[in-house]
Amino acid sequence: MADTILVVVEQREGKLNRVSWETITGAQAIAAETGWTLEAAVAGSGVGDIAKEIAATKVSKVYDLESAKLEPYTPDGFVAALKPFLEQKQPKLVLMPHTYQVRDFAPKLAAALNRTLISDAVGYKYEGGNLRFTRQMFQGKFAADVSFVGGPPYFATFQNGAFRADQIVQGDAAAPVETVNLDVADGVVRNKPEAPFKEAKQAVDLTQAQVIVAVGRGIKEQKNIALAQQLADALGGEIAASRPICDAGWLPMERQVGSSGQTVAPKLYLALGISGAIQHVVGMKGARTIIAVNKDAEAPIFEIADVAVVGNLFDIVPPLIEEVKKTKGA
Amino acid sequence: MKILVCMKQVPQKDAPLKLNEGGTWIREDVSYEVNEPDAYALEEALRQREKHGGEVVAITGGPPRAQQVLREALAKGADRAIHLEGDGFVTLDAFNTAKAFAAAIKDESFDLIFTGLQSDDYGFAQTGVILAELLGWPHATIIMQIEKSDSGIRVKRELEAGFFQFVEMPLPALLTIQSGINKLRYATLIGIKQAKNKPLKKVSFDEVKPALGENLQRIEKLYIPQKTKKTEVLEGPPGEIAKKLVDKLRNELRVI
Repeated sequence: MADTILVVVEQREGKLNRVSWETITGAQAIAAETGWTLEAAVAGSGVGDIAKEIAATKVSKVYDLESAKLEPYTPDGFVAALKPFLEQKQPKLVLMPHTYQVRDFAPKLAAALNRTLISDAVGYKYEGGNLRFTRQMFQGKFAADVSFVGGPPYFATFQNGAFRADQIVQGDAAAPVETVNLDVADGVVRNKPEAPFKEAKQAVDLTQAQVIVAVGRGIKEQKNIALAQQLADALGGEIAASRPICDAGWLPMERQVGSSGQTVAPKLYLALGISGAIQHVVGMKGARTIIAVNKDAEAPIFEIADVAVVGNLFDIVPPLIEEVKKTKGA
Repeated sequence: MKILVCMKQVPQKDAPLKLNEGGTWIREDVSYEVNEPDAYALEEALRQREKHGGEVVAITGGPPRAQQVLREALAKGADRAIHLEGDGFVTLDAFNTAKAFAAAIKDESFDLIFTGLQSDDYGFAQTGVILAELLGWPHATIIMQIEKSDSGIRVKRELEAGFFQFVEMPLPALLTIQSGINKLRYATLIGIKQAKNKPLKKVSFDEVKPALGENLQRIEKLYIPQKTKKTEVLEGPPGEIAKKLVDKLRNELRVI
């Protein structure tokens, strides 16, 4: 059988997670370079429409993997269903988006097949017949090129934003969809999930903000939040924070930006004392302009900043507030 | 409830890291601390024990320096600790780390295993999930709340974009814990004193080696990431930087 890349797209409650388009874009690029065949699969219960949606993109085939036991999602159900399917199909490479759902089952799936998963990759390299995946390490301070050892199937997941969904290649004609009914035995699924819910109605919608002033650990103490707030007020923007600040209760969780908080794309994102850990960066790298103030010149936030100020935020922010007020008043 | 907490020692958050000569790993002469989500996992285990009774055991793998993580766990209230001691544990992939832990606890009978949701060094977010698979246990990831139920436990999973979900499952089970699930305690002086007399079992690399396989993924090269953006660096005294920034905000970005 020819070498095949299989993209397992993500659906939640019968809806395709848009980040799946990015994974297909990445897979299309790998397929073009390696000459491997690209196929896709969606697993769930009654997800034929999603399979059809995917079939419009440039892939050779789409599998609609069906079982009543796949709804609602559980890691036990997904692994029990996907393991025999992969054993039979023997793809060379299995690609998925690095979502919370995939993080929940993909390591178990790879281990059940006695294989490994390169998680949270931001890119790939194909050189001299060797496929490597690039992933961030040490909170983004370093990148690593990682290769697989042993035989396929090889598993990898792509970080949000690793590829651009708008660069996906559409197919000339719809790809064939094959429906496969998967058998998940009774008693295999031990997790009993309840319906997803939101904690409280979010009062703050950071996604609509044009200007965001965000604080990280560098703010040091709760009382210093007021300084950042003054700057946000002067700029007519919203204040936001990285996770540790919200964990500490210095700002409410609804002001958290990052993988577990809100994803924002303002005109201006002013990062004060934020190191730029991956979990934060995925939530704000879409900002049009990123200005970062950090005393550590090596902070990963500077990798994605448009304007870098290496210095103590407590020295920079007070005169900045004054200047903004002066300019606005003028 | 008998709870095992898997913990890891990682470089301190703001420690300046340098690459080793081969560009395969960092230089080891940095300051270390406990991986933050693991500290929350330990705290949660201690709170569960306070509510339901039982025992809390901390486990780590790493060179002698990693013992500090266990000492802190014992000082905060863990009953005993297991140290898989050796340099070899540093370079294991997630699958092998899980295999090493599984081998080290094969004669134990835990009701729950907690891990942090991911580590600040490798950032695999996999070891806990794989360990559950090796043990044949159910698991749930990114947990923000744990309560006992009639048939086992009911846990609150964090989903993306502000969503949560409760999941019930039987015991024994493995949970990966999210930072912020609780408020961390400090070790007390008495705790630190008592920790010295608590059991700390050492397991050598050779003892678990038969359970390990070849690493199935290999770091070929570690390097400082290439910038994808052109970054303008502003320098000078704070007053001058403030002026330059405001000029940008007004004339280039037009946000004021």
